[in-house]
Amino acid sequence: MSLRADGLTLGYGGDPVVADLSLELPAGAITAIVGANACGKSTLLRGLARLLAPRSGAVLLDGTELAKLGTREVARRLGLLPQSPAAPEGLTVEDLVARGRYPHQSWLQQFSRDDQDHIEWALEVTDTAGLRRRALDQLSGGQRQRAWIAMALAQDTETLLLDEPTTFLDMAHQVEVLDLLADLNREQGRTVVMVLHDLNQACRYADHLVAMDRGRIHAQGPPADVVDAAMVRAVFGLDVRIVPDPEEHTPMCVPARRRRRRSEVAPGAATGDARHEPLAPDPS
Amino acid sequence: MTGTLTRRVPVRSRTFSRLLDLRLLAVCLGAVAVGLVATALSVSLGEFPIPLGDVAATLVGAGSRTDEFIIVGLRLPRALVGLGCGMALGVSGLIFQTLVRNPLAAPDVIGVTGGASLTGVAILILGAPPAVLPVGAFVGAVASASLVYALAWRGGLSPYRLVLVGIALAAAFAAGTSYLLVVGDLIDVQRAAVWLVGSLNGVTWDEFWPLVVGLVVLFPATAALTRALDALSLGEESAVALGVPVQRARLGLVVVAAALAAFAVAASGPIGFVAFIAPHIARRLTGLTGASALPAAALVGGVLVMVCDLVARLVLAPIELPVGTVTAVVGAPFFLYLLYRANRPVGGG
Repeated sequence: MSLRADGLTLGYGGDPVVADLSLELPAGAITAIVGANACGKSTLLRGLARLLAPRSGAVLLDGTELAKLGTREVARRLGLLPQSPAAPEGLTVEDLVARGRYPHQSWLQQFSRDDQDHIEWALEVTDTAGLRRRALDQLSGGQRQRAWIAMALAQDTETLLLDEPTTFLDMAHQVEVLDLLADLNREQGRTVVMVLHDLNQACRYADHLVAMDRGRIHAQGPPADVVDAAMVRAVFGLDVRIVPDPEEHTPMCVPARRRRRRSEVAPGAATGDARHEPLAPDPS
Repeated sequence: MTGTLTRRVPVRSRTFSRLLDLRLLAVCLGAVAVGLVATALSVSLGEFPIPLGDVAATLVGAGSRTDEFIIVGLRLPRALVGLGCGMALGVSGLIFQTLVRNPLAAPDVIGVTGGASLTGVAILILGAPPAVLPVGAFVGAVASASLVYALAWRGGLSPYRLVLVGIALAAAFAAGTSYLLVVGDLIDVQRAAVWLVGSLNGVTWDEFWPLVVGLVVLFPATAALTRALDALSLGEESAVALGVPVQRARLGLVVVAAALAAFAVAASGPIGFVAFIAPHIARRLTGLTGASALPAAALVGGVLVMVCDLVARLVLAPIELPVGTVTAVVGAPFFLYLLYRANRPVGGG
């Protein structure tokens, strides 16, 4: 199972958001796509998930262009969790998860034993079995996100694409969701590709890091090889110190203090960068 | 609403499998029972009451000639057309509400019924033969649905645009209808006014058979599209990810829902609020969302129209009100209640 972008150009009318991008996503690994706001990371994921048709280039699944495969066929191999999915009012967790079985069902077969087994497994592994009869709109953000992941898992695809799965979650729920994805990758060998907001989380959970800048890949590889102060400054426009994560020994970025940033950063090192946003006032 | 345990049983053979919802089954059986009672009462009650025993005798062919005329010629087709229209409207409403993900959607809201009203009134006012009326209303519904669809299309169909375009066109159709009512001949205008409310007065088997043909074609088509409808209700992105051919499925669903409304309007005129309330009642009763509530929405819609028509016939007897006045009396407060609920800020977070 391999997913690959080949000379991919994506956009929404206007200038391309992702330009001539080629990328091989390692099978059986966790890939995190990171970058500043509007760098094209979510757009790239949308392109990989065929939500956005390429202007040029192609996304290849095991060597075949996505556009040439039937959408159902793709859905059996490639799952997606959108950024802020919406469920109809009153939909229960159980019914949501069951909808993940769509690409495996037919009009006659709508609840095969196989369907039931996969639904039960997805509820179990995401720890949502106890919530199965609850309506999604009554759940906490973390519970709801787990239910959506369960739906994507019930789809039983080798590859799972997730667009910022931790956004809007508090810290405990963020860790919970990422741990779950790590377990799925380790225990089941599933390929996980996710857009992440938090670079430190990406370093910790990803085997392969893709750093994007203005629609192109700035750097990619194992986090330990890719993440250094120069990369973070180039991609995020932020001066940081890199220290080892005390838990996992992966690289961890600690933003430099504002005063030091002013005095120690050589003049001109970060000027002319439009992505430098004015520093926020003291948060307190 | 919550706390009721939904019991479900898998039903499987080698080639077939479903998850049977027992509560849905119970609601459907209950609706059928109420429907049978309502049919019996519809056939029995009226200006010339016929005891239920005589009704039964007539139905097996052993009744008097007068009874047979009243029951088989007048009351039974009326009850059955009411049932069929209500079923069509209930399903149409549920499809539109689920598809555009808005509980306030219905064929009357997004212009389909408005187009049918316009052509129907035009036929009545311009003095075309009455036999043309159902055909004209049907054509109006289909044409307006196509127009809404075409105008809302921009490289794809967004449900949101569909609703906005539909509301705008519904207003335009209403203006056209009002114009015709102002310029029309008084007698024609009175007939048009009754028809516009939605009425089963004077309905015969001639209205029944086209409706049955429509339902026989469109209900299986609906059944074929229910899974896609459920996937679409999770949003376009999730539907694509699940492998739904999104634009094709949306087109199919809009066509089916609009055609169901068209058949109903052709048979009875635009009966208001049924397409809008029946799905809500069905969801409440079954505790289900989306396409799984479809059978209940059909039965609730059918029973609702039949019961409302019975009330419309009896409440001011011997004057027969158009059934649409009764559905409006029931529906308008319900609509306000839903608006009130929809506008409340959603808690949680």
